[in-house]
Amino acid sequence: MTVQTTIGQKIGAAIAAPISWLAAIVDAPLKLWQRATGTNGMAAFFLAPNMLIFGIFVLAPFIINFLYSTTSGNAFFLPDRNFVGADQYRRLLECGSYLDPSSCREDLFWKAVHNTGLFVVLQVALLVVVSMITALILNREIVGRSFWRAVFFFPVLLSPVVVGLIWRWILQRQGLLNSMLYQFGYQPTEWLTDRFWAFAAGVTVSVWAHMGFFTLILLAGLQAIPRDLYEAAEMDGTRPGRVFWRITLPLLMPNLLVVIILALIRAVQIFDEVYVLTGGGPGTSTLFLTQYIYEVGFASLLRNPGLAAAASILMGAVLVVLTLVQLQVGRRNEKKGARE
Amino acid sequence: MKHKAKILGALAATLLASSAAYAGEVRVMWYSDGVEGEVIKDLLDRFQKENPDIKITLDNVAYKVVQEQLPIQLEAGQGPDIARVTNIKELAGHWLDMRPMLKDAKYWDDNFGSTLDWMRPDGSDAIPGFMTQLTLTGGFANKTLFEQAGVAVPGEKATWDEWVDAAAQVSKSQSLPAAFAIDRSGHRISGPNVSYGANYIAADGSPAKIDDGVKAFGSKLVQWVADGKMLKETWVAAAGSTYRAAADDFINAQIPFYYSGSWQVANLSSKIGDGFDWVATGSPCGSAGCSGLKGGAALVGIKYTKNPNDVVKVMEYLGREDIVKEFSERTLFLPAHKGVVDKGGLKWVSNDKNVAPALDAFVKSAGQTLPAADALPSWKWANAYYAALVTRLSQVMAGEMQLDEAWAKMDQDIADKVAQAK
Repeated sequence: MTVQTTIGQKIGAAIAAPISWLAAIVDAPLKLWQRATGTNGMAAFFLAPNMLIFGIFVLAPFIINFLYSTTSGNAFFLPDRNFVGADQYRRLLECGSYLDPSSCREDLFWKAVHNTGLFVVLQVALLVVVSMITALILNREIVGRSFWRAVFFFPVLLSPVVVGLIWRWILQRQGLLNSMLYQFGYQPTEWLTDRFWAFAAGVTVSVWAHMGFFTLILLAGLQAIPRDLYEAAEMDGTRPGRVFWRITLPLLMPNLLVVIILALIRAVQIFDEVYVLTGGGPGTSTLFLTQYIYEVGFASLLRNPGLAAAASILMGAVLVVLTLVQLQVGRRNEKKGARE
Repeated sequence: MKHKAKILGALAATLLASSAAYAGEVRVMWYSDGVEGEVIKDLLDRFQKENPDIKITLDNVAYKVVQEQLPIQLEAGQGPDIARVTNIKELAGHWLDMRPMLKDAKYWDDNFGSTLDWMRPDGSDAIPGFMTQLTLTGGFANKTLFEQAGVAVPGEKATWDEWVDAAAQVSKSQSLPAAFAIDRSGHRISGPNVSYGANYIAADGSPAKIDDGVKAFGSKLVQWVADGKMLKETWVAAAGSTYRAAADDFINAQIPFYYSGSWQVANLSSKIGDGFDWVATGSPCGSAGCSGLKGGAALVGIKYTKNPNDVVKVMEYLGREDIVKEFSERTLFLPAHKGVVDKGGLKWVSNDKNVAPALDAFVKSAGQTLPAADALPSWKWANAYYAALVTRLSQVMAGEMQLDEAWAKMDQDIADKVAQAK
C-alpha cells in the first residue's frame, strides 16, 4: 500500500521545516536558562519582552510625568527644571470651597473638574439608556435589522475630529439646524454660544458618537439570554415590562456593568470631539479635564508643563479607581458565572 | 563570508548616503495668512537653483503648529533650521545669532536694526533674523454695506463708540448678525486698550496691575457683546487663550466692521474679490489716542541647526533688499527693511482697487501709535498679559464671572506666569 502525499501536506511540511529549524536553534539556550533559573525563571524570560515594552511606553512616561509634576519653569529637560516638591499639587488643590471653582487658586482646573463631573453623570446615564433601548430594538425581528445595526455602529468608525466638525457645521450660527429652523419659521438658536445648549450639544454628540460600540456589547448580552425563558414568560402571560425587569435586566447585568464602567472611563477622558465642536466655550462651559491639561501643558500662551503634569496625575488617580472597580466587577462576574 | 561582506558594504554605503543627504539641508517652517506661502516657495526655488549644494525643504504648516508645537520642539533642542514666527520675544533664547557668520552684519543693523530688539534677549546685540513684514492692527469697513444702509463711514478721528454705533446702524438696516468683530486675541485688543490710556509695563519693566485703560475698553467689549453689537461667537465660543480670527465673517459680509490688522489685506483681497468694496480705517480713537499695535512675523534661524552656515546663506538671500522688495510687493505686506521703505516706490502686485488705499491707510496710521503700544513688541511679558486678557474677558462675556473678579484673576494669572519663569 503506497501513501500519496497531498499538496496540502507538502505546504505544511515546507512551513514546518524553518519553524523546526528555529526551534532547534533556541532549544539549547532555553534548556540552559531553565537549568540555571528554574521554572520561574522561564516565566520571567517569556514575560520580559512584554514588561520591557510596558516599562518603556507606560511605566517610564508615568514616572517622568510624576517628576515633571514636582518641577516648575518652561524648560523641557528635567535637569533644567526647578524642583518645587508638591507646590503644583498645592496650587491645584488650594480652594476656599471645592464646590465653588471661583474660590480656588486654579479656578479653571476646578471648573474643568466640575464640568467633567457633570458631563460624566449626564453622558453615561444617557449613553446607557440610549444604548439599551437601541439594543432592545435591534434584538427584535425588525425589517432590515443588519442594516440598522450597521447604521448605529457607523459613528464609532469616524474619527472624533470628523464627528466634531460634522456637528459644528450642523450647530453653528449659520449651520444646517438653524437653516432648517428658519425654513420652518422658527428663530435660530445659539447652540454653541449659549452655555446650556453648548454643554447639551457636547453630551448629545458624544452619546451619538459612542453609543454604537456600547449597543453592540449589550446586543451580544441580549442574544446570550436563553429564548426559552421568554417563551415561558409568554406562556404565563407576563407583561412585557415585567419581562424586562425580571428576566432581561438581571441577565444583562454583567454586560451592563461593563458598559457603565467603560463609559465612565471614556467620559472622564472626553476631549477631542467636544474640543473641535466648542473649543471649551462658551467661556469655560465645556472645558473638560483633558482639555485643561492640554491647554496648560501645550497650547496656552501661559504654558506650564509642571502644572499640567500634576493635573494629569490627579486625573490618572481617578481613572485608576474606575479601572479597579471595573476589575473588581469583572472578577465578581467570573466567580458568579463559575458558581452558576 | 563574501556574501556577508557584500551586505555589510551595502549597508554602510546606504548609511553614508543618508547622512550625506543631511549635509546642507535647511528646513524652513512657514505659515501663511495669505499668498506668502506661494511667494516664498518661488523665492526659495530660485535660491535652490543658484545653490544646488543646499537642499531647502519648505514645510508649510498651520499657524497653530507654529504657536503650539514649535515652542515644544525648541524646548527639546529640536525644530526646523529656519522658522517664521510671531512669538518672537518670548522664544528669543532659541534663535541663532547670525552676527558672527554674516558677510555684512552692518547691512542688517542698518536695515533691520529698529526691530532687532523685538527678537533678541534683553541687552543682547544678536542678529537672529528679520521681520518678513511689519504689521499694524487696524479696522476694515464694508463700504458697500455702509452705502446700502445709507450710513456714512466714520471719519479719521471717530471714536470706538462712534464706529460701533455706525456699524450697528448698518447691521440693523441690513439684518446682519452683528455690527462688528475683533479677532479673539490679546494682541488685537491691546492697541485699543492703550488708546484708552492703558499701560501694561511698570516702571521696573515688570507687568503692571490691570489699570483703568484696560478696564475702560474691556468693559466696553463686554457690553458690546451683551448688546449683540459685537459678534458673540468669535470670543465666546472658545476657552482659554485660543486664537480665533473673524476674517471669514467680514469676507462673507456678516459684519460691516472688522478690527484685525494689515496682514489681512491680501487675504481680504483674494477672497472678497469684487464681492463688495472695503476700506482700511486705521484704529478708532479712545480717550488717549487712536493707537493700533505694531508687530509682525519674523523669519529667524534656529540655534539648534546642524547647518548654521547654510542657514545664514539662505537668510542673507531672503534679507537682500531686492528680495524683500519683491516679497512685499507680491504679498502686500508692509516691509520692515529701512532701505526699501526709504526708497519707496513699491508696486503692489494686485488688480484690486481696494488694496493700495488700504495699505496706504495702514502706513498713515502707523504714525499714530502711542508709546505704550510701541513698547509692547519687545516686552517679554506681553504674551502673559495677552493670554490673561483673552481668557478672563471671554469668561465675563459668557456670563461666568463679573468684571471685578476678572480684573483680579488677570493680575493673578500674570503674576503666576512671572513666578513660573523665575
